[in-house]
Amino acid sequence: MPQVKRNKRGILHSAPIYIFLILVSLPIVIAYLWLFASSFSSKLTLGIFPKGLTLNNWRFLWSEIKLGLTAFESIWPVTLNSILLAGSITILEVIISLLAGFALSRMDFPGKDLIMKTTIILHAFPGVALLIALFYVLNFINLLDSIMGVVLVKVALELPMATWMIKGFFDEIPWELEWAAYIDGCNKFQLWYKVILPQIKPGISAVAIFAFLAGWSEFIYSYTFLFSSEHYTLAVFLKNLIGDFRFLDYGLLAAAGLFYLIPVIVFFLISQKSLMKINFGGIKG
Amino acid sequence: MEQYVQEKSLPVAYPKEAAETHVKRKSSFIAALPFIGPFLILIVLFYLVPVVLTIVMSFTGMDFTLEWKFVGLKNYIKLCQDKSAGIAALNTLKYVASTLLINVGFGFLLAITTTYFTKKQNTGLLFQTIWMLPRMTPAVIYALLWLWFLDPTEYGMLNAFFGKLFNAPPRDWILTSPMPVVIIANGLIGASLGMVVFSAAIKSIPESYFHAASVDGATDWDIIRYVIIPFLKWPIMFMTIWQTLSLLTSYEYILLITDGGPLNKSEVWALYSYHKAFGSYEFGYGAAISVVLVIIAVIIALVMLKVFGYDAMMNRGKTKVQG
Repeated sequence: MPQVKRNKRGILHSAPIYIFLILVSLPIVIAYLWLFASSFSSKLTLGIFPKGLTLNNWRFLWSEIKLGLTAFESIWPVTLNSILLAGSITILEVIISLLAGFALSRMDFPGKDLIMKTTIILHAFPGVALLIALFYVLNFINLLDSIMGVVLVKVALELPMATWMIKGFFDEIPWELEWAAYIDGCNKFQLWYKVILPQIKPGISAVAIFAFLAGWSEFIYSYTFLFSSEHYTLAVFLKNLIGDFRFLDYGLLAAAGLFYLIPVIVFFLISQKSLMKINFGGIKG
Repeated sequence: MEQYVQEKSLPVAYPKEAAETHVKRKSSFIAALPFIGPFLILIVLFYLVPVVLTIVMSFTGMDFTLEWKFVGLKNYIKLCQDKSAGIAALNTLKYVASTLLINVGFGFLLAITTTYFTKKQNTGLLFQTIWMLPRMTPAVIYALLWLWFLDPTEYGMLNAFFGKLFNAPPRDWILTSPMPVVIIANGLIGASLGMVVFSAAIKSIPESYFHAASVDGATDWDIIRYVIIPFLKWPIMFMTIWQTLSLLTSYEYILLITDGGPLNKSEVWALYSYHKAFGSYEFGYGAAISVVLVIIAVIIALVMLKVFGYDAMMNRGKTKVQG
C-alpha cells in the first residue's frame, strides 16, 4: 500500500476524495436499500422511505401469483430448476477443469501447445456471438429446451477460464511432491486424486464458487434455449414477472428479486474468505 | 577441474529440475486423453463447431425449420442495404466508445481514490465492495434496479429526486434518452472491473517510488502523472482492448433494460443479430450479422496475443472476474 506521509495535510486534504466517493457510490447503495425496503413495505414515500410493514410482497413463497386470468407457476419448482442448473454447471466445470488443468500443467503430449493457444483465443472470445449456431447444435443433439443443454453450453463457454485458473494452481505445486508419489508407487490417476487435489482445495473452492454464481445468474442461454415453463429458471421467471408487473407492483418484484439474490449474497460472503486463502494455502505434505 | 565440479554438482544443486524432468517425461496423446478428453469434446462441440456453423449458416436462408437453403452472398448484400443495420452499426460505435471511456476512465478514478488517496485500507475496501455489487448481481436484478430507478412515474428514484428538488414533472428517461441509459448501466459494471485491475496494479508499485517522489517534493498530481500512470500503461491498454471485445458482443443488459428500443434507438450490432434470429427467425441473416462480430473478435484476440504475449494473457485470466 502506497501510504506516503500525508499527515501534515490531514483530513481537510482528503475530504474532497471522500465526498467524491460517497456521492458516486450513493446511488448504488440506495438501489440495493430500495430492493430491501420495498420488499417489506406496502408503500414507499419519496421512492425509498418505507411506509407500512408487510409480508404481502413475499406471497409468491406460499401462493400463486395471479394477474387477471393468468396465474404464474409456483416459484419452488423454478427455484429447483435454478439449483439444478447452477449445481450441474459447478460439478461438471470443476471436474473437467481439474482433469484438463492437470494434463496441461503436468503432462507433455503432442498437440498440447496447439490446445493451449486455441484455448487462450477462445478465452477472449465471447460466447454470445455464437448463440444462433449453438441453437442449431443443441437441436441437433436433441438437447434444446432441456436444462442439461444449457448446462453443457455454459460449462463449455466457461471452461477455458476455469482451466486456466486450475492450471495456475497446479503449476505452483512442487515437483518433488509428485516424484515422491511415483516412488511410493502411485499411478497418474492416484497421483491426481490423492496427492495433487488435496493441495489445491482453496483453488477448487474458488473455481466452484465462480461456476455456481455464473450458473445461478445465467440468463441469456436459459432465455433463448428453454421454452417450456416447466424448465424455466429463476432468471427467466423473474424476467417474465418484470414484464407483467413492472408498473403495477414493484414490492412483489423487489421481494422476488431479493429471493433470487440470497445465494449470491451468501456466496459473496463465503468467497471473500476462501479467496483470501488462495494466497496463504501452502504446502502441508 | 571446473567442469568436473559443475557436472558433479548439477543434480544436487537443482533437485527441482531433476524431479521435473523425471516426472514430466513425454506422454503419448492417448495417455493424456482421459484427462484432456472431456475438455476437448465440450470445447469442440460448443465453441469450434459453432464458429464454423455460424460462417456456413450466413450463406443460407435458414429459418425456424432449420433447413439448409444456400443462397450465396444474398445475406451480405442485404446487410449492406439494410438501413436498420446502419443504425445499429452507428449505435454500436457510440455505445462502445462511450462505455469504454467510463470503464477505463472512471475505473481508473475509482482505483486511484480507493487505493492511493484513501488513508484507511478498510475504507477503500468498503467502497470497492460497494462497486463490486452490480457485477455480482444477476443481470435480471440489475436491470430491475435500473427499471425502477428510471421509472416514468414519480415512483422512480430519479423522478422522485428531481420532483422534490426542482419540482420537475416525471419523465420517461428510457423513452427520451435510451443511449445514455444503456451506456451508464453498462459503464457501471465495467468500471468495477477496471477498478479491481488498476487497484491491483497500483498496489504492486514498490513503495520506495512513492517515498522517493515525496522526498523530491512531488505533489499528488505529480505522483499520479509520473509514477502511477507509467506503471499502469499495460493494464490500461489491456483493459481497453479486452473491454472493446466484450462490449462489442455483450447485449444482455441492453436486452433487459431497453430491448433496443424505442424504435431501434439503442439497438446495437450484437442485439440486432439476436433480434433477427430469435425475434423474426431469420437464422441465416442473423448468422451473417454475427459473422461480422466473429471476424472482429478473432482479429482483436490475435492482436491481444501479439501485443501482450502468451504468458501475460495466461496470468490475466486470473484477474477477470465475470462476464
